[in-house]
Amino acid sequence: MTKIEHHLTDSLLMGYAAGILPEAFSLVVAAHVSLCDECRARLGEFETVGGSVLDRCGTADMSDGALAATMSRIARDGARAPAAAEATRRRRSRGIFPAPLQGYVGGDAEAVRWRAVGGGVRQAILPTSKEATVRLLHIPAGAAVPDHGHRGTELTLVLQGAFRDESARFGRGDIEIADEHLEHTPVAEEGEDCICLAATDAPLRFNALIPRIAQPFLRI
Amino acid sequence: MLTQSTSADKADASARLSQYRAGKAGSTGLAGTEHVSGDRDKDGYWIACVARIRESGDEAAFAELFRHFAPRVKAFLMKSGADETLAEECAQEVMATLWQKAGLFDPARASVATWIFTIARNRRIDALRRQRRPEPEDLPWGPEPEPDQAEVLGLQQDSERLGEALAGLPEKQRVLIERAYFGDLSHSEIADETGLPLGTIKSRIRLALERLRHAMN
Repeated sequence: MTKIEHHLTDSLLMGYAAGILPEAFSLVVAAHVSLCDECRARLGEFETVGGSVLDRCGTADMSDGALAATMSRIARDGARAPAAAEATRRRRSRGIFPAPLQGYVGGDAEAVRWRAVGGGVRQAILPTSKEATVRLLHIPAGAAVPDHGHRGTELTLVLQGAFRDESARFGRGDIEIADEHLEHTPVAEEGEDCICLAATDAPLRFNALIPRIAQPFLRI
Repeated sequence: MLTQSTSADKADASARLSQYRAGKAGSTGLAGTEHVSGDRDKDGYWIACVARIRESGDEAAFAELFRHFAPRVKAFLMKSGADETLAEECAQEVMATLWQKAGLFDPARASVATWIFTIARNRRIDALRRQRRPEPEDLPWGPEPEPDQAEVLGLQQDSERLGEALAGLPEKQRVLIERAYFGDLSHSEIADETGLPLGTIKSRIRLALERLRHAMN
């Protein structure tokens, strides 16, 4: 795998560690961290901040009998899950989709139910909570993604192939973070179709007339 | 990077690690161990308790962890917006999860407090926000049967230093970081993806992260 050049920001990693991101963003962060050891280490640091916050946030008395109730709960739930058995069930992906994404798709790339959205581009919207949306995009090698700007924040994680826009090249594992000030025209590289996971917390606004009319039907 | 591990406090840390090893070897009885009232500086003790749950289903070790952490988890959840009944219920569930997942705890990757925080956070997302929590896939390796001692020590020292740095932040910055972790701020309130002039909350959070990073280097 080529080296990952484009990483998550501090505020996304802290937001994910704190558990305050919309589910759609959390999926993109979890998928990137699955591929990126550097961001996994940074995430560990932001989770350590959470441990410190927990440690110093004071105490609230548990009810009488809370410990006994918890022991009963443990007995009811099947006691101790043996360490060895747990370890063998560790989730690892063998496909191009990291394990958390496979959990939403129900499999790897071949399990996606694509819908054509014009220009050879296909997409599949994944079910998440409503504050933000996330979709898979399949862009034929050499094809352009429709020119668009953004309201809010858009995260795009490359899973296969690569795309370029005016600013940089993005290959597998790279994440592009776009905001309302970025007007760009990403183009998939020649050679291999590009598959991306893209989340946005606002509807995209297309610059060309036709896509703008089509937008409500595409739910993007 | 927020943290960069350097060594300090070796003697104290070694004492704590020997507690951990003793716990793993099963040669010290927790029933006779002095009750621990400190927190951040005692992580070696909590690591030993988790090891004893994993090795032998030690209920006394669990009771020690419960007395220390359950009231903190409950307070954390109440500050996150749960009422007392829900916070109590969820705190019990979080502690039960600790028991069930004791075999997955890796002291080379997280302190006990950090690990419990992640369990409590996930319970909060499920119970209060009613959302799924996509988790990164696991590393190819699980926890080592005998974790690397230098890594465990380095992680403990980093965690302690970070805790001290957090406590030492100017109050307005510290409160905002805490509010973010209590789920009391939205991502758009903390988002700083643009490099443009920031509002007060974003600026304070950025300053807080810069200070934490500075304290760790």
